[in-house]
Amino acid sequence: MAKSMELIVNGKKFRVDADSETPLLFVLRNDLGLTGTKYGCGEGQCGACTVLIDGEARRSCQIPVRAAVAKSVTTIEGLEHDGRLHPVQQAFLDAGAFQCAYCTSGMIMSGVALLRGKRDPAPKDIVQFLQGNICRCGAHPRIVEAIQSAAKALRGGAR
Amino acid sequence: MSDLYPAFVPEPERYEFREDSFHHFEMQRRDFFKVFGAGIALFAVAKDAIAAQESGAGGFRGGELPREISAWLHIGEDGGVTVFTGKVEIGQDIRTSLAQSVADELRTPFESVRMVMGDTALTPFDMGTFGSRSTPTMGPQLRRVAAAARSLLVGEAAKELGVPRERLVAADGKVADATTGRAVTYGELARGKTLAQAIPEGDSVTPADRWTVAGKPLRQVNGRAFVTGRHQYTTDLRPPGVLYGKVLRPPAFGATLISLDASAAEAMVGVTVVHDGGFVGVATGTERAAEQALAALRAKWKTVPQPSGAELFEYLKKNVEPAPERRGGSASGSIEDSLARAAHRLEATYTVAYIAHAPLEPRAAAAEWTEGKLTVWTGTQRPFAVRDEMAGAFHLAQDRVRVIVPDTGSAYGGKHTGETAIEAARLARAAARPVKVVWTREEEFTWAYFRPAGVIEIKSGVASDGTLTAWEFHNYNSGAAGIGTPYAVPNQRIEFHPVRTLLRQGSYRGLAATANHFARESHMDDLAHALKMDALEFRLKNMTDARLRAVFEAAAKQFGWPRKKAGAEQGFGIAGGVEKGGYVATCAEVAVNRASGEVRVVRVVTAFECGAIVNPDGLRNQVIGANIMGLGGALFEAVEFENGRITNPRFSLYRVPRFRDVPEIEAVLLDRKDLPSAGAGETPLMGLAPAIGNAIFDATGVRLRALPMAPQGLKMQG
Repeated sequence: MAKSMELIVNGKKFRVDADSETPLLFVLRNDLGLTGTKYGCGEGQCGACTVLIDGEARRSCQIPVRAAVAKSVTTIEGLEHDGRLHPVQQAFLDAGAFQCAYCTSGMIMSGVALLRGKRDPAPKDIVQFLQGNICRCGAHPRIVEAIQSAAKALRGGAR
Repeated sequence: MSDLYPAFVPEPERYEFREDSFHHFEMQRRDFFKVFGAGIALFAVAKDAIAAQESGAGGFRGGELPREISAWLHIGEDGGVTVFTGKVEIGQDIRTSLAQSVADELRTPFESVRMVMGDTALTPFDMGTFGSRSTPTMGPQLRRVAAAARSLLVGEAAKELGVPRERLVAADGKVADATTGRAVTYGELARGKTLAQAIPEGDSVTPADRWTVAGKPLRQVNGRAFVTGRHQYTTDLRPPGVLYGKVLRPPAFGATLISLDASAAEAMVGVTVVHDGGFVGVATGTERAAEQALAALRAKWKTVPQPSGAELFEYLKKNVEPAPERRGGSASGSIEDSLARAAHRLEATYTVAYIAHAPLEPRAAAAEWTEGKLTVWTGTQRPFAVRDEMAGAFHLAQDRVRVIVPDTGSAYGGKHTGETAIEAARLARAAARPVKVVWTREEEFTWAYFRPAGVIEIKSGVASDGTLTAWEFHNYNSGAAGIGTPYAVPNQRIEFHPVRTLLRQGSYRGLAATANHFARESHMDDLAHALKMDALEFRLKNMTDARLRAVFEAAAKQFGWPRKKAGAEQGFGIAGGVEKGGYVATCAEVAVNRASGEVRVVRVVTAFECGAIVNPDGLRNQVIGANIMGLGGALFEAVEFENGRITNPRFSLYRVPRFRDVPEIEAVLLDRKDLPSAGAGETPLMGLAPAIGNAIFDATGVRLRALPMAPQGLKMQG
C-alpha cells in the first residue's frame, strides 16, 4: 500500500508516496532521480547500492524505505559541494580507480564510511572493509590506493 | 605467422562474430550540416566505394554523401572536433584512446575532441566492439581521417592567409605560418563552411615514435561523471512517462508455456500485461509494482528432462557435431611416428566449466515508440546488430529503429545480443509508454549466455634434449581461439570439435583462448618437469617467436624467475602465449595451506606487448583488471546446473573475485613503437590460470587439470 513518507536525503527533505516495503534503492533512483546509487544484485552482496544512513554504510537494496524515515541518508550525489569533490571522489578520479565505473558510487560511499571511522587505515583494513563490494573490471588495487590517498588528504585537513 | 596460429572462422552467436563490410549511410549532405552545424567533415570510405565516386578523393559538393563510410569526424565553427564511430565504451577506455589518436593526428588539444559512439542514427555502421578489434582497426581509420582533416585545414589556411601551404604548420588547433607567425584556428577555418570530403584508404599517418598525445598516460575522459554518479548508464535512464517492465521466465531451459492466468495481474491498477506467443511480460509505474504484478501471474509449464552439470564433460565428448570441414584445425608431419620415437610422452585431459560474465550492470534496455519509430537505449556491444534484431522482431525497416548505447557497466563479451531491448520494446508497444527492462542478477546468471564449457585432450612427445617433437590437441566445444601452439613443433595435429551445446553459450573476454592456454601451458609444464628442465628454459628452447620470447623474459626478470622456495607452502609458476596480436607472459606465486587446502595467489607479474601503446594508463588498467577477473575463472567460478535450472544464480552462490582474493599484481608493458597497435582487452588474461596451476603444482606436486582449479580449496592427498 502506498504511504506518504518523509525522507532526508543529502540534507534535503523529500516527501515520497510509495509502498513502505519498497527497497530504499528503488525510491532513491526512481522517485528522487538519484541514479548514482546502483542496482547490482538485490541481495546485499555486491555493494553497488551502498549509501550512508546516519553515517554508516548500508546496502540500500536491503532496506525498506520505511526504515529510512527520519534518518539522514547520503548518496553519491550528496558528496560534492559547490563543485568541489569530496576527497574520496577526488582520490578515485586522480587514481583512475575504475574502468566501467558501475561499482564506483558504492566503492566511494564505502570508502567515505570507512574513513569516518578510521583516519589512517592500512591496506588490509581497506580490503576488509570493501570485501562486500564487487568490482568486476578489476580496479581493486587502484581503489585501495585511492582510499589511502583520500585518508591522507583528510588527515591533511581536506574536508 | 598464419601457419603458426591457424585462422579460425567464427560462427555468429556461438563464439564470436565476423567483421563485416561497411554500411549505407543515408544522410544527405544538406541534412548532415543541418544536424551537425557548419564546418568541415571528413569521411573514411572503403577503397571500392571511393573509386566509384566521380569526385574521386576530392569533395562532393552536392547530392549524397558516400555510401560506404566507416568513420568520420566533424570540425565545428568553435574548433571542436566531433568524432563518430560505431564502437562502444564498456569500461575498456576506448573512448579516451581513440580521442587521443585523433588529437594526435589532427594536432589539436585532446580536450577539443569529443567522441560520439554507438548510436545507429549518428555513427557509421560497425560490426561491434569485440575481438580486440577497436584499437587495431578503428584507431588507424580515425588517424587517417584526422590526417586528411589536417591536410584539408592546411589547404584552407593557405587560401585564407594567401601563402603557399609548404610554409604552414598545424599545431595546437591552429595552422600557423612559420615565417610570419600569423595563425588561423581550426574553428576560424571551419566558419561558414559546409565542406565534406572523403579520404582514400592508405593515407600515411604519424608513426608512433612521433606521437605527442597518443602514447601518453591519460585518465578516462569522463571520470568526473563517474565519481559523482552523474553518468547515466542504460539502467539509469528514465524517459518521461517511463514504466518498469518485467518478463515471466520459465522454470527451466526449454520449458514451454501450457497455460497462463493473468487475471490477478490485469486487475492491478496501471498494469499492462502482454502475452504474445511464448513471451509474457508486465509493465507498470514502479519497479515494486512490476515485481508484484509478475508474481501475480499464474503459469503452467511443460519441462523437459535434460543433462546436469555432473554429466557435462561426458555429454560434450558424446555430442560432437558432424563437421563438414575441420575447424580451426591444422596438421603437419606425423603424430604417430613422432610419438613412437619420443623420449617422453604425455597424454592428459583438461576441462573447463561454463562461467558467467556477471557484468555489474545487468543487461538492460529502455524503449520508446514515437509515430511508428522505435528508439532503444541499451548496453550492447553490437548496436547495429541489435537494430537488426529489432527490425526483424517488429517487422520494421531498419531506418525506423534507432539504437543508442550509453557508456555501459561492462560486458566482457556478454552483451552481444538484444534480449532486453526486444522485451522493453514489446512492452512499450503494448503500454504506449516508454518501458525500461533491467534484468535481475538472477536473470543475468540464468538467461544470458555463458562462456562455453569444454574438454581438451593433449598428446605430446619430446626428445631427450627437450625438443618438442609431437603435439596433438583436441578441443571439444570450448572454442578455437588461441588453439594453435606458439611453440615450434614439427609434428602437430590441432582440432576443434564443435558440440551441440547444453547451455546457451557465446562470446566471453578472450573466448576459448583462456582454456586452450590453460591446457597447453599446464601440459608444457608437465613436460618440463618430466625432462627435469626449468619451465622457462624448456619454453624458450622450443620458441622461435622473438616477441613471445621478449614477454617471457620480461615477466621472468620482473618476477625474479627462477626463485627458490622459502617453504613447503610456496610455489611459483610461469605461462604465456600469443592471441589477437598481443603477447603475454605471466608469473605467479601461490601459497597453499596444506591443512585447510586454501590456495592464495600472493603475487602476479604479467608482461604484455601489443605493439605501440596508445594509452599506457588505460593499458595498465586493462592488464591488471584482466588478471584480477581471470582469478575467478582460474580458481572458483563455475555455473552449476541441474535439469535445465541454474542452481547458483546469485553472487552469494557464484563466487567472483573480491578484494581479499587480489594479489600483488605488477604489469610490465613492452612498448613496441615500430609495430602496429593491437587490442589489449582480452589477451592479458591468458597466462594467469596456467601460471597459477603451475605454481600450485610447484607447491604441492598436485596437477590440477580442471578450470576452476580450487572451487572449494585444494583437496590435498593423504
